[in-house]
Amino acid sequence: MASVGGVLLALAFFVAAASAITAVVWRQDDARVVLARRGVYTVFGLLLACIVIVEIAMATNEFHLNIVAEHSSIETPMFYKLAAMWSSQEGSLLLWAFVLSLAASLALYSTRHKLREIVPWATGVMMAIGAFFIGLMLFAPGVNPFHTIPTPQDGIGLNPLLQHPSMMIHPPMLYSGYVAWTVPFAFAIGALITRRVDSEWIRATRRFALIAWTFLGFGLLLGARWSYSELGWGGYWAWDPVENAALMPWLLGTAFLHSIMVQEKRSMLKVWNATLIVATFSMCLLGTFLVRSGVLQSIHAFGDDTVGPYLLAVIGIVVIGSTCLIVSRLDDLRSDQKRMDSLLSRESVFLINNLLLVGMVVVIAWGTFFPLISELFTGTKSSLAAPWFDHYTTPLAILLVLFTGIGPLLAWRRVTWASAKKVFRIPVAVALLTLVILLVFTDAGNKFWPLALFTFASFAIAGVLQEFYNGAHARQKTSGGSFAGALIAVTARNRRRYGGYIAHIGVAVLLIGVAASSSFQTNENVSMKPGETRNVDGREFTYKRPYVKVDDEKYTIGAIVEVKEDGKYLTTLETSRRFFRPTGAAATGGLADYFSGEATSEVGLKTGLARDIWVTVAPNVQDVQHQLAVAEKGLKTCIEAGPGTPEQCKQLSALMRAAAAEPRLQPQALQQIENLQLLSAERIARGYVSEAGAATFKVIINPLVLWMWIGGIIGLIGALIAVWPTRSRRKGAMVRTEADALKEAKYREIRDAELDHASGKLSDEDYAILDAELRKEAVEILDAVGVGAGTGETLRAGRAGLPSDYEGGNGNGNGGSATATVENGDGAPAQNGNGSNGHANGHGHTNGAGNGNGGSSEPAGRD
Amino acid sequence: MRGVVDPSRKRKIRLGVALCVAVLLGVALIYVSFNASDETKEPSQILTAAPGQKFEMNAKVVPKSVRHDGETLKFEVEDRSGGGAMPVSYQGVVPDPFRGGREIVLTGAVENGTFVGEPESLITKCPSKFTTNASETAGTGSGSSSSNG
Repeated sequence: MASVGGVLLALAFFVAAASAITAVVWRQDDARVVLARRGVYTVFGLLLACIVIVEIAMATNEFHLNIVAEHSSIETPMFYKLAAMWSSQEGSLLLWAFVLSLAASLALYSTRHKLREIVPWATGVMMAIGAFFIGLMLFAPGVNPFHTIPTPQDGIGLNPLLQHPSMMIHPPMLYSGYVAWTVPFAFAIGALITRRVDSEWIRATRRFALIAWTFLGFGLLLGARWSYSELGWGGYWAWDPVENAALMPWLLGTAFLHSIMVQEKRSMLKVWNATLIVATFSMCLLGTFLVRSGVLQSIHAFGDDTVGPYLLAVIGIVVIGSTCLIVSRLDDLRSDQKRMDSLLSRESVFLINNLLLVGMVVVIAWGTFFPLISELFTGTKSSLAAPWFDHYTTPLAILLVLFTGIGPLLAWRRVTWASAKKVFRIPVAVALLTLVILLVFTDAGNKFWPLALFTFASFAIAGVLQEFYNGAHARQKTSGGSFAGALIAVTARNRRRYGGYIAHIGVAVLLIGVAASSSFQTNENVSMKPGETRNVDGREFTYKRPYVKVDDEKYTIGAIVEVKEDGKYLTTLETSRRFFRPTGAAATGGLADYFSGEATSEVGLKTGLARDIWVTVAPNVQDVQHQLAVAEKGLKTCIEAGPGTPEQCKQLSALMRAAAAEPRLQPQALQQIENLQLLSAERIARGYVSEAGAATFKVIINPLVLWMWIGGIIGLIGALIAVWPTRSRRKGAMVRTEADALKEAKYREIRDAELDHASGKLSDEDYAILDAELRKEAVEILDAVGVGAGTGETLRAGRAGLPSDYEGGNGNGNGGSATATVENGDGAPAQNGNGSNGHANGHGHTNGAGNGNGGSSEPAGRD
Repeated sequence: MRGVVDPSRKRKIRLGVALCVAVLLGVALIYVSFNASDETKEPSQILTAAPGQKFEMNAKVVPKSVRHDGETLKFEVEDRSGGGAMPVSYQGVVPDPFRGGREIVLTGAVENGTFVGEPESLITKCPSKFTTNASETAGTGSGSSSSNG
């Protein structure tokens, strides 16, 4: 199986390299470009087969494979055997390459009928990166997943710290997040090389960017949760280099997702966007490098540096090459650059948010790499601790929340003060009310930054909720029905917009959880004997009793703790520390070995909306260790069966000698020894329980921390709504042309402006100007792509009674209806002040604002 | 006409102001980070340092050196590449992965030849990934290494 895997991996390397070369060298030849695309699909198939082989080997204990022997064992539960692949260096590289081939395949399939000039270059970039990672596995020392060794009897097993359900999903999420950024990066490079620097490459890859952002964010959240609930230190974020390495591309990706909207809507920030995607992808590579290089000290383990130098070389090539490319295309990027109409506009707020996000990345990067920087300039390695990061990222995060609230309230291009006052009134009132409540009823007034964050977060949440209300209200006014129905409809038809808003709520809620739990946390170590009570933050913690559980794998020493609040029973928590014997073939199997392997804490956790109560125990195990060592010695003496030993020992000794000569007796002999060990361990455990001394408890009272996880899940839901394909896209948008996409984007802008007008963000005057501008641009697009004059005329005619998405006529607000628009002649936001089905372009008739591919076709302007 | 600024000149002024602000912020960042940082040293470098000077120590826990003295945890550390052994005392709950043979990061200062760690500042490298050296798990753990308590 190993040799088959090796051959498939080598084949994948050659196909990836050949696809990259074919796509670029013969980029003018349609047949060769198609061949290259099929090569990408082939690479995906080959790497999938490699992963299946590794997983089968893990599941069936094929210890002749090094990856299996070092990361799994006979005793490892099947669930963790399957997850063990990505706990290894070579397995994680295989996963990287596999996810890249999957993302590349999906991207190339979805763009197979468009971006003809860009796609070959994008194929070349993606497959060059793919070939690099596959090549690492093949040619760098010690990272081939199919490397074989003399077969050991058992494997080392998966580290107990990694035996957590999150192991199955946290690493793949992070890798997918890192890798999916390759797609927008590759298309950006293609766009720069071919000088096609309009918004087409963005529209084609926006979904991949959103997926990457979602995966990376969810991976970070899962890691934080894992750390909080499992690792026994009570925190969820430590500003560790590896954590920072994942956070930085997520922050840059957040900036990118916002700034590409500005490019799509306003044809602005092209240089910025190209720079951002290069920076985001470079950060992803940097994160991959940091985990594997050991150049920075991290609480996360690092492997050897066999792949570090190669990764560093690729990062260098990506950064230098991309920078040169951007500089050489500055004229193209600035060719139709537009200026901001007003500082009071959504794009200006997006720009400010971008600057804040990039500012945060600069601070985090500086702090992360400070040991290297300080050594370079002073000759002394110095490091910055977590408080430094907190100190300088907190103000930026708070400002970010504020602008996250302001952005959705403003329309694109320009907003008058009168309109602004109208839409800001309620959110500002909510923020002020929150501030007053916090000052009067809580201790938040003592701490400025959390107070500011809570206030701004309430402003942001209120602003988004107002947006939902206004959108649903406008829809209900025009289409009737219930408010709830209108809310669902307006969200479903504007998924990108409202999904994004939900993500904003999620981030605001998450940051409330972070601010409260980090600023108002109580963290104390208390020493208690069984029966004793200690007071922590007004709550009584009583160490009710110890307990011990022993099996052949681990020695668990735990404690039952009762918690009372104001004299009333609140909860009973169970916490323990598990001491594992060394796993796998290296284990000696001695009694004392219980304390020479890994130790993990099981947290006693009472979760609540207001606060979490978090307790771990650190038992004093010195006596237990001593007794186990004495018992071990006794057992040895017994087996040696010297003069005066009991008959049982003599029998065991005889059995051992017989087993040495006769292998089939070995299991019986080992079983007897194991039983004796277990009996001794249980006897010592009973002694510990009956005479337990003091144990140290770490007690943390974490206010509002649950909201951090809730906020993360809300953000995830928002992202999924935004990324979910619309009906028309699911049915057939894969065959849309570039012209369709262009028109669709413009129509969406017209509908967005209309929604902004209906929700009060745009005054009548501003809306009239904006609508006229957008219609003019739409007509230019239609004329350019050769759509019949009818639609153009319809658009030119004016704006009165324009039907919109929330009125129910255009299929969706997220850009899925353009194919039908052209084919049926009913997709353009049309003129129908009289609500009739006016003729559009000679192919059909305008029916409201279009019905997409099978979308609804309600009469427009029915009111 | 007075009072009207040429748009391109206006843009240049804006750019200039933005660059000045960026430079100022950058200088401030450099200044505060050099002031707030702790020197990172290994035990052999700390052995010769002046008493009372605060460091962040990167070191490896010497196997079989961990023991308790009342509430205080005592152990020895050495350079990651070996050598430079020095005693350490620490109060506080230790992270789960802490034991002999593990790499740690600890903030503190030297007092009477012993590195005294600040409470709650002990960080132990998590052996979470790419543990290719089996001996780390099986061989270097000591019978006497223990949790705090």
